[in-house]
Amino acid sequence: MSAATMIMRTLIPAAVGAIALLQPAWAEPAAEVRVTYSNGQFQPGVVSAPVDKPVVIHVRNLDAKALEFESTSLRVEKVVAAQSEVIVNVRALKPGRYEFYDDFNDKARGALVVE
Amino acid sequence: MLATLIIVFREVFEAGLIIGIVLAVTGSVPHRNSWIGGGVLTGIMAACVVAAFAGALSRLFEGMGQELFNAAILAIAVIMLTWHNVWMASHGRALAGELRAAGKAVADGNKSLLALAVVVGVAVLREGSEVALFLYGVLASDGGGSAVSLALGGLAGLVLGAGVCLLTYSGLMRIPPKALFATTTVLITLLAAGMATQAIAFLERANWLISLDRVAWDSGWLLSDRSIAGRTLHTLIGYTDQPTQMQLLVYVTVLLGTFLLMRLTASHPTGHGGPAVPTRAI
Repeated sequence: MSAATMIMRTLIPAAVGAIALLQPAWAEPAAEVRVTYSNGQFQPGVVSAPVDKPVVIHVRNLDAKALEFESTSLRVEKVVAAQSEVIVNVRALKPGRYEFYDDFNDKARGALVVE
Repeated sequence: MLATLIIVFREVFEAGLIIGIVLAVTGSVPHRNSWIGGGVLTGIMAACVVAAFAGALSRLFEGMGQELFNAAILAIAVIMLTWHNVWMASHGRALAGELRAAGKAVADGNKSLLALAVVVGVAVLREGSEVALFLYGVLASDGGGSAVSLALGGLAGLVLGAGVCLLTYSGLMRIPPKALFATTTVLITLLAAGMATQAIAFLERANWLISLDRVAWDSGWLLSDRSIAGRTLHTLIGYTDQPTQMQLLVYVTVLLGTFLLMRLTASHPTGHGGPAVPTRAI
């Protein structure tokens, strides 16, 4: 058995072990925000969330095409299949306006206002 | 059409870079084209499957299925890249020498090609599933009326992506053969470290990893990871303008780990029972 094979045999269990150690972490209660997407637009266009609290954004896509919910400032990028809903986790935020958009359709824009 | 082109190109760009590097790494290894081609094809098919079940995938793990799936396939790619580097450190010189024709070396070479084919497949799968979802969505909503412009835009985007792949490959092939091995080793190591930090980012988004999740710095003012240069560096070395502490830790760990593993394996003769292969520490 070559040294590389030996190392491979240690690497894989180590990686599997590391993944097994991860547990879904239940952090402090999050603020919930809902956004719906239909006819190529986010509804409502502006949503708000409290300061310094994790935010869970529910994005519901009512259209027949997929969208990619994306935001540079929120560090978020997630595909939402046609007629489905996804959950997007966001860390606790400082006050401000955080823009989001559909990466597949640059006309669809919205913002999360944290205050 | 232009919008389609831009979106398709942006998605295939990363895969193009990675395939270009893998082509340069495998250089003159026999049968490499069929392995890499197989990786691309498998990746495309898997991308279509993932796109078809995107909704179901999202609902897994309490809505975090997409994130965990991405983290898992990135982790596989990191293991494959690291294994390739370590394997090259212990066998590379043998392969380059007289042993190339020997059956054992070829069989081992195929193992390494398989690892790289997996990496290519993963790159195509990640980018391809988004392209498939996007194109399908446009078709579904426009009732096929824009099929021609869609096909043209998609095709042009693909051709540009192939161009990126070709440029990467020919650029790397300009490096003198003696320096190419060292260069590609460094490139593959950085690629692996970068993918590991992307996997961490997905685990953080899924809330599966919350320790050390503070952003270490924000270099967005200097180089945004949305710009073309930022995206290129994001793929090549894992650049992100707001890395978390955990991402930095994992990045350094992968770099050091690869370096140590390569040193360890390179300094021992390989136990094949074949002719002794002269090896030396890096």
